[in-house]
Parts: sequence; C-alpha cells; structure tokens
Amino acid sequence: MISFEIPESIVNQSQMTKMVAEQAMRPYSRELDEHEHERPDAFVNMTWPFAQQMMKSSLRSIEKRLGGNGTNGTNGTNGHAAPKGPDFSILGFIMMVEQMSWGDAGQYLCLPHPMLGGSAVQAAGTPEQQLRFLKKFTEGDPKWGAMAITEPGAGSDNSSMRTTAVLDPDTNEWILNGEKIFITNGKLALEDSDGLCVVWATIDPNAGRAGIKSFVVEGHTPGVSIAKQEHKLGIRASDTVALHFDNVRLPFGNMLGTLDPQQPAANKGFKGAMKTFDASRPAVAASAVGIARAALEFTREKLAEEGIVLDYTKPRHELTAIERDLMEMEVRHKGAWLLTLRAVGMMAHGESNRLAASMCKFRAGEAVTWITQKGVELLGPMGYSREWLAEKWMRDAKINDIYEGTKQINQLIIARSILGYSRRELK
Amino acid sequence: MLDFRLDEEQKMLTDAIARYANERMRKVFRDAEEDGRIPPEVVQAGWELGILPTGLPEAYGGFGEYTALTGVLASEELAWGDLAIALNVMVPNLVAVPVMLCGTEAQKEATLPQFCDEVMPAMTAALTEPVVKFDPYKLKTTAVRENDEYVLNGSKTAVPLAETAELILVYANEDGQTQAFFVPADAAGLSIDKKAKLMGIKGLPTFMVTLADCRVPAANKLGGEEGINFGLILNHSRIALGAAAVGVARAGYEYALDYAKQRVQFGEPIAHKQSIAFMLADMATDIDEARLLVWEAAWQMDQGHDITRDAALMKQRVDDIVVLVADRALQVLGGYGYIREYPVELWLRNARGFASFDGLAIV
Repeated sequence: MISFEIPESIVNQSQMTKMVAEQAMRPYSRELDEHEHERPDAFVNMTWPFAQQMMKSSLRSIEKRLGGNGTNGTNGTNGHAAPKGPDFSILGFIMMVEQMSWGDAGQYLCLPHPMLGGSAVQAAGTPEQQLRFLKKFTEGDPKWGAMAITEPGAGSDNSSMRTTAVLDPDTNEWILNGEKIFITNGKLALEDSDGLCVVWATIDPNAGRAGIKSFVVEGHTPGVSIAKQEHKLGIRASDTVALHFDNVRLPFGNMLGTLDPQQPAANKGFKGAMKTFDASRPAVAASAVGIARAALEFTREKLAEEGIVLDYTKPRHELTAIERDLMEMEVRHKGAWLLTLRAVGMMAHGESNRLAASMCKFRAGEAVTWITQKGVELLGPMGYSREWLAEKWMRDAKINDIYEGTKQINQLIIARSILGYSRRELK
Repeated sequence: MLDFRLDEEQKMLTDAIARYANERMRKVFRDAEEDGRIPPEVVQAGWELGILPTGLPEAYGGFGEYTALTGVLASEELAWGDLAIALNVMVPNLVAVPVMLCGTEAQKEATLPQFCDEVMPAMTAALTEPVVKFDPYKLKTTAVRENDEYVLNGSKTAVPLAETAELILVYANEDGQTQAFFVPADAAGLSIDKKAKLMGIKGLPTFMVTLADCRVPAANKLGGEEGINFGLILNHSRIALGAAAVGVARAGYEYALDYAKQRVQFGEPIAHKQSIAFMLADMATDIDEARLLVWEAAWQMDQGHDITRDAALMKQRVDDIVVLVADRALQVLGGYGYIREYPVELWLRNARGFASFDGLAIV
C-alpha cells in the first residue's frame, strides 16, 4: 500500500538531530571551513553519546539474531520465527544524515560512528565479527570508522585493485601491502582514535573480483601510515587521506566473512562491497538533499526579506524569472528526496533497491549541485560572499556528484539495469 | 508506513487497464490520431473497465471508495496506452469528480448514479479559455446572479466532446471566485463552435464554446449557495494530468529502450553506446522522479491536506520532464523518430500539451 508516512519515533529522532544541527554544527560551519582539518569538537562531543546508543541498539539486534539462531551462525529455522516486518532503522539513519547535512555536510562526515566501515562490517562480516569489531563504538572515547576501496590506479574500476593480503601460514596472519587513497575519516579512524578502517584487498591477484576480500584494520595498527591529507574544494571539516600499508599484520579473523564456501558469508567479498552501496548511496543522496534544503531555505528566507514570496496559485506566465527558479529549486529538492525515500523504503521492506539506490544518488547529486549554484546566483553578490554560507554549500554540494560512485558510474549502473546488460555489453 | 508497493486492488485495476491499453488502445491509436476519430467501441470498452465506479460509494451505485492515489495509478496506465483515448474515456470524470468533491447531496444523487451506467454519460466540462494569459483562478467568463438565475457570459476552449454532450459543467468567475454551473447543451445562449485544431491528441474532439447571456437556474450552481472549493478540484485535475504525463513519458521511454536494443549500427545495438544508454538512464530516473511527485501529492490529498503547493511544484517539474523524455525518445530513434510510421513523434506532440493546459481533464 503506497504511503509516504514516516513513523513518529523517526520524526521525533529527526527533530532531535535538527537541534544538534542548529546548536553544534551551524555556528561552527564557517570557521571549520576556513580552518581545514580542524576537528569539530562541539559536534563530536555532542553526538558521541547518541552514536554510542545507536550502535548499542544495532548490536543488540545482532545479539538477538545470534541467540535465536544458535551461536554457530547457521540459519536454523525452528518454525516459530515471528514474521519479519519492515525494518525502518535505515530510514531513521537517512533522516539523521539529512538533518546533519543541513547543519554542515563536512562535520556530518565526522560523526563518531563506524559509518561506511560499519556498513561494510555489517554487510560482509559474520554476526560474531560484527559484535567483535563494532563493540568499541559503544564505549570509551569517541571513535571513527572508515572504508578504503579506492587506489591510485583503481577508482570506479575497483575490481582492478592491487592492494594484497597474503596469509602467513606460520602465524595464521594476513600481511597487507598497498596504497589506498581518498579515505574519508582515515585519520580520525586510524591515527586519532582506536577506530577501524575496512580495507579491500585481493588474496589472489589472478582471480579478479573473486579474490577480493575485506579486512578490518584497527586504529594504531603497526605498519599503517598516513601518506597524505588532502586539501579539498568543500567538506573541509572532514579528513580525506591516503593510507600506506607496509607489511601490516592482521589476525586471520580480521578478514570479514569466511573462506569456507559452505558458509553463507563466504561469497560476500566483492559482492559485499557492492551491497554496502545499496545503503550508502541513499545516505549520500540524503546528505545531498540536506545541503540542498539548507540552500533552499536560506535563499527563500533572504528573498522573502526582499518581498519575494511564492504564490503557488499563480499561473506560470505570471511568475517572475526568480520565482520560477525558486520553484524549480523547491521541486528538484523534493524530487531528489522522494527518490531517496523510495530507495530506503524498498530496503526497509526487504526489496532489492540497487537500481533505486543508484537513481537517488545520481539525481540527488545532480539536484544539489544545481540547487546550491542557483542559490548563489539568486542571492546576487552576497551569494558569492564568504559572509554567508551559500557559497560554502555550493562547494560542499559537489562532492555528492562524485563520491560513492560518480554521477556517471551511477548512470552506467542504471543503464545496465534497465537494459538488462552486463558490463560486457555496456562498458 | 513508508511503502511504494501497490495494494491488491490497485494491482488488479492497473493490470486490467494495461490489458485494455495493449489489446485495444495500442491497436488503433495511430489511425485514430491520423483520422481525428477514435473508434466508439474502443472508448466504450474503456468505459466498461468501470474505473470511475470503483471510486464511487455504493450509495450512488458505485462499488468502492475514492482515493486520489488509485486515480493517478489509473490515469498513468490509461495515458500510457494513448493520451487521446485516455482523455476521451475520462471525460465523464470532468463532471463526476467535482460533484463528488463539492456537490450538494441533491446534486450527487442526481448525477453520480449515471456514472455507474454501462452507457457513458454525455457530460463534459468547460474551464480553459482562449487567451494567452489563462488563469483558472481568475476566469474571464462571468457568472452574475439575477434573482433565481445565473447569467453566464464568455468563451471557452478545449471543451472535449462538447458537440455530443448533453450537459456541460461551465466554470465561471462569480465575484472573483471560480464557480461551476451545470448548463444543458441546448440552453439558449450556449453555442458550440467549430472543432478545435490541436497539435496533438487529435483523436479527441475538442470545441470552442461561447456563452452569451446564457441563463441557468440558481440551483445549477455546483455546491449550492456555498459554491465549490475550486482549488481542491484544480489540484485534483493537476495530479491526474501529471499522472497522465508520466504515462506518456513512459510510453516514449519504453519504445526508445526496445528500439535501442534492436537497432544495430557499427556491428552492435546502439544501446551498447553510452551516449544512448545514458540518455535512457536519465529518462528512467526522470520518470520515476515525476511519478513519485505525483504519488506524493495524491497521497497528501488522501490524507486531507491542502496540496496546492505540491500540485503546483509537481506540475512545473512533470510538464518539463514529459517533454524532455519524449524528445529524447525521438532522438534515440534518429530519423525514424521524425517519421509518422513510428509513434514517437505523436508522443512528443502529446507531451507538449501538458504545459499548455491546466484543468482540461479533471479526472
């Protein structure tokens, strides 16, 4: 039954996030933009308790699943399993992301939470691994998570990655060697805290995709170094680093999933990485929508001060050029948000959302880029001024056209999906 | 809670319409466009689907409850088949929906059961006016109360099926408010002029209607003394037309998708080329975005919310999207897209109409 209703608890949670955005993010937005690589302490301190709670409840549900199925991790069905209803937790997360990105998209990325690394652990790890690696996000000092896929020679074409993991039979340890770039929160996760970074590497360079597995590298692991900290167009509060792995030794169990093909988690190597995108692309879309809303609300407010207020009963030919642009900003924002909600809703109901996830990411990235640029334009010379945040939102916005698969990669995924083509037919 | 799946009844309805669209509409739509005439038996078969009665309460002979959401689902599916035939089948909605939304009890009892007959009632509505700056909230056609009568004066255009209609619901400006009046087609002062020549939807005959001191009893005012909530009716019309636009866009997109997979150039289907494939990806995303804007507005309406803003925003975006998608579909076909042997040029002409009309079809 088609419905756009958001559960009340999620609306309330989103309202709380809004307070965080207003009080701990916006006031520091400009300063953190001007002082790149400075940590957003107000935001981190305010959100760490929430993030711990979130992770606790997420782990509780994993524990419950483990308990119900027996500790060996097999999917025992005893015939008494309650019918599985929709799981709206992803919707709650997406709405938080939207609110926080409204506050500040760079700071949002510094949420002390395993983020993408956590998604990877949950997508590719066994329940035991999920509990083991994520527990630290419920206690102690703030910690961060990161994910490392991209390499200098393997961007969107991540199946050609060269980072290797070789098993040392004497110690039963993996030895990791290689270089990863563009790692969001890599420094926060590995150098500034006892967080974790999920690193994708091949255990068999001749096996292509089948050889790719993911490994958990924990904070302060010897052999890991930060090769470079990037300077960026926007989202400057967020650290983006290059990581160097030099004979990094990892316990065997740090490989997510298992090598035993009989176990259900076995084939989650490369597919696991791709599955992460089903949730992370809507999250990027939600972040884009949050920035778009910031630009839209601010532009609307400033235009209202000049007496320009939209009258939705006016026919099209009565609208001024500015009114039409403002309406276009509103509807593109709304369209992107609805596509995002759809991808999330499908996921909540257990439907395959790969196409919907790419569509919302593609469209939201495009929309926020356009909306924020339009906002700068409509605000006249003040739009270009660093006194207001409009120009910053425009710079922040552009990342959404790029990360988690560029706009073009997502177009490619959409095209293959609707045409029923493989990568052979549509390169 | 958040969900994007049709329920069982909606699936049955859209499946039935899809069958009708494939087996009946798509067999005749091109000839109907060229001849300017839709075979009556095809319209009748569309009427017999009983889309309207499924949304009318039992008390008036129907068998269901009206929801805007089900309405837009039906509208998209019908328009996918063919816009002219779809609009023709939906013409009675132009009267049924306003009566249902705003009619007095007496008007409902007198009118609604006719929409549950096997014979399509000969009723239509006249809203659009032949002016460049058309504004449905500020009509130039006037209604002036004189004792127990209203006197109507003005010109209307794009009135579908006016020539064969027995009753026309005429929208007019009464003291700055848009109101609606039942006018018998044979009323003195009402004249039906020549058939309009349009760029698209040629199968659907539409007419100019002139009102010169046309008098109707005061009781013919829709909604009684209080009149109507015109915004509600217009919003309704907008989402239904928005859904129809999605249907037209989808028709063009699907045709272009199939064509691109079959058309071989340089030794492989043109869909293997990113320049074609990415256009199709854009179109697919546009269509889904448009549909979600329509669905959300319809859902808000069903929750009892005022959707004036949502409907206006949706209209702005969807009217653009349908033209863009149809245009790209034509481009995918290259030269063949321009040839009338192929249907895509027809869809582009039909697509262009949505931005030009507001409230032609209140479904």
